[in-house]
Amino acid sequence: MALNQLHFEFAPATPRAFPVAAVHYGVVGSGDMEVIIEACALAGKTQVTVTTPVTGFDHVWQLVLGRFIDESQLADAHISINDNNATPVVVSLRLRQALLEIGE
Amino acid sequence: MERKLRITVGDKTREVTVQELGADGHPLPAAVAVAAIAAAPQRRPLDPKWSTIQRDTNERMSHMLPYLTRGSKVFQPADTVAVLNAVIRSGDRVNIEGNNQKQADFLSDCMCKLDPKQINHLHMVQSSVPLASHLKAFELGIAEKLDFAYAGPQGAAVAKAITLGKLKLGAIHTYLELFARYFIDLTPKVSLVCAYEADKDGNLYTGFNTEDTPLIVEATKFRGGIVIAQVNKIVDKVQRVDIPGEWVDAIVQSPKPFYLEPLFTRDPGLITDTHVLMAMMALKGIYAEYGINRLNHGIGFNTAAIELILPTYGEELGLKGKICQHFALNPHPTLIPAIESGWVQSIHSFGGELGMAEYCAARPDVFFVGPDGSMRSNRAFSQTAGHYAIDMFIGGTLQIDKYGNSSTATAGRVAGFGGAPNMGCDSHGRRHGTPAWLKCGEEFTDQQNLLGDVPRGKRLVVQMQETFQEKMASSFVERLDAWKLAEQAHLDLPPVMVYADDVTHILTEEGIAFLHRCKGLEQRMAAIRAVAGYTEIGLQAKPAETKSLRAAGLVKTPEDLGVDRRRANRSLLAAKNIRELVDWSGGLYDPPARFRNW
Repeated sequence: MALNQLHFEFAPATPRAFPVAAVHYGVVGSGDMEVIIEACALAGKTQVTVTTPVTGFDHVWQLVLGRFIDESQLADAHISINDNNATPVVVSLRLRQALLEIGE
Repeated sequence: MERKLRITVGDKTREVTVQELGADGHPLPAAVAVAAIAAAPQRRPLDPKWSTIQRDTNERMSHMLPYLTRGSKVFQPADTVAVLNAVIRSGDRVNIEGNNQKQADFLSDCMCKLDPKQINHLHMVQSSVPLASHLKAFELGIAEKLDFAYAGPQGAAVAKAITLGKLKLGAIHTYLELFARYFIDLTPKVSLVCAYEADKDGNLYTGFNTEDTPLIVEATKFRGGIVIAQVNKIVDKVQRVDIPGEWVDAIVQSPKPFYLEPLFTRDPGLITDTHVLMAMMALKGIYAEYGINRLNHGIGFNTAAIELILPTYGEELGLKGKICQHFALNPHPTLIPAIESGWVQSIHSFGGELGMAEYCAARPDVFFVGPDGSMRSNRAFSQTAGHYAIDMFIGGTLQIDKYGNSSTATAGRVAGFGGAPNMGCDSHGRRHGTPAWLKCGEEFTDQQNLLGDVPRGKRLVVQMQETFQEKMASSFVERLDAWKLAEQAHLDLPPVMVYADDVTHILTEEGIAFLHRCKGLEQRMAAIRAVAGYTEIGLQAKPAETKSLRAAGLVKTPEDLGVDRRRANRSLLAAKNIRELVDWSGGLYDPPARFRNW
């Protein structure tokens, strides 16, 4: 299974720094994904790296991640996503659950 | 010594019965005897002009007679093709019993062995065509026209046969609609049905899987047609007479038991966290909000998730005894934990589900169990119940268009709807009130605008659908594939499963759109966009508009509903796999081999 790496960067309007060192959530099962969020000095920005077997949905990733950052204003963080065919639904859910996990 | 006395009045002669003898053993006076004869049921010879159907049937049956074992209605499996050849004529309307559960598969196979040069142009009228042999009859040129309700796995083959000119499609019906036509303009001449047991007189035991049999037999036999049954076993005395032997003309013990599809079994192991999230939203936002007590569930994983969180999340919300007490529903294995926890008062079933017979028999307080101790399903009655007596239908689909019309038809697949539209619609003949129905009607702005000050209720029709399905197929589309299919298959109209004006709620992982509360089509479309996620429809949503819809209570997100996403987790499921369902049932549920993965 060939994997692609996608990179995104977001600059939230009212940055809220990621409060803990790191959080890990989810499992790379079929139709699912894992996410690792790590604190990282990025001058108020957030970077995302997605590793996925899926091609041709870069714009959907952009939208899903963009909305997540928009809602959370997550800043100074690096997000790694290891995806195994998760739908946008699952991606949104896992990202929000990861934040809820640390009480955000 | 017994003496036979005969009495003759006019041109009629018959034996005198014991009751007509006087105390001295002689016949009663003539006057009394004449009265007795007049009162006795007599069949006048029928005027040939008015009994063409019966004479035609008698003539056909005379060709079948040599194959029947003397003194019985039984014929041998090896003679099946000959029997069918004797009673079926070209151009006949023929029904092969089969729905989404049990199948008269042996008779269907045998019908394909008829000589298409002798017997052709058959018009098949049947609930469903899920078997390869159903389509083979068309490929071979034995059958020509089809009126049906559900194709399931043969959906692609049906579309292909239409394109190749091998199959003329009458219409795609709902179950009740097709059943209704059996009594109006699509009455079968010959019906091939199936049962568990028969005795030599043709009495049938259809039991747990009674399903469509009574209806097919009644429509056929009372219009002078011919009924042939394949049964798993010929016995001396059937366990229960589900179909009287007088209505069945011939029976055969099939070499193998009839095929049964476990269509309503959902493995809890495949339920995802997203399903759980949506189930939580459904319970809080709809079941609790309206107090839904009489309902039907579709067959998907979404509704299976709802069933499995009743004993956990539902209990926590204090909903036990307030919702989900009466179902028109097949025996869903995933409902076992809720039943065992005392949530459910009654369930009437369309059909039997493989592996659930013993469990249902052991819960006669809940299921419809006969005096013999086994459940009887009945599709026509359960569909009628589902049409008139439930307050909510909730189920999935494949595509929803921007107006809210939904369909399971996709290009190249004539899948059919089965019974869903009979429940996924408002029953306009309904006249009794319940709180849920009245509340929904009160909120239904557009309906109320046409009624003046007269109150009228509304069935809740909920489409519960993730915005994306497997392989990133979008659930929300600009235009339904059903249009393309209508063109390819020359249908009169695109096959829509649930029409937009019947839908009250669309529930996705993004939220619930309360469509019936909207004013007019434009606002409905905006509410649909607001819950359509990242699909082409959802991306057209305007954030400001969504915000005002939320403020007006026309759209509710999990946060608006107070649903905690952290808890959207499989750990809320009362059973996490099939094995745990078996445990909940106390070992009464006997899952089919393919679901036994432990």
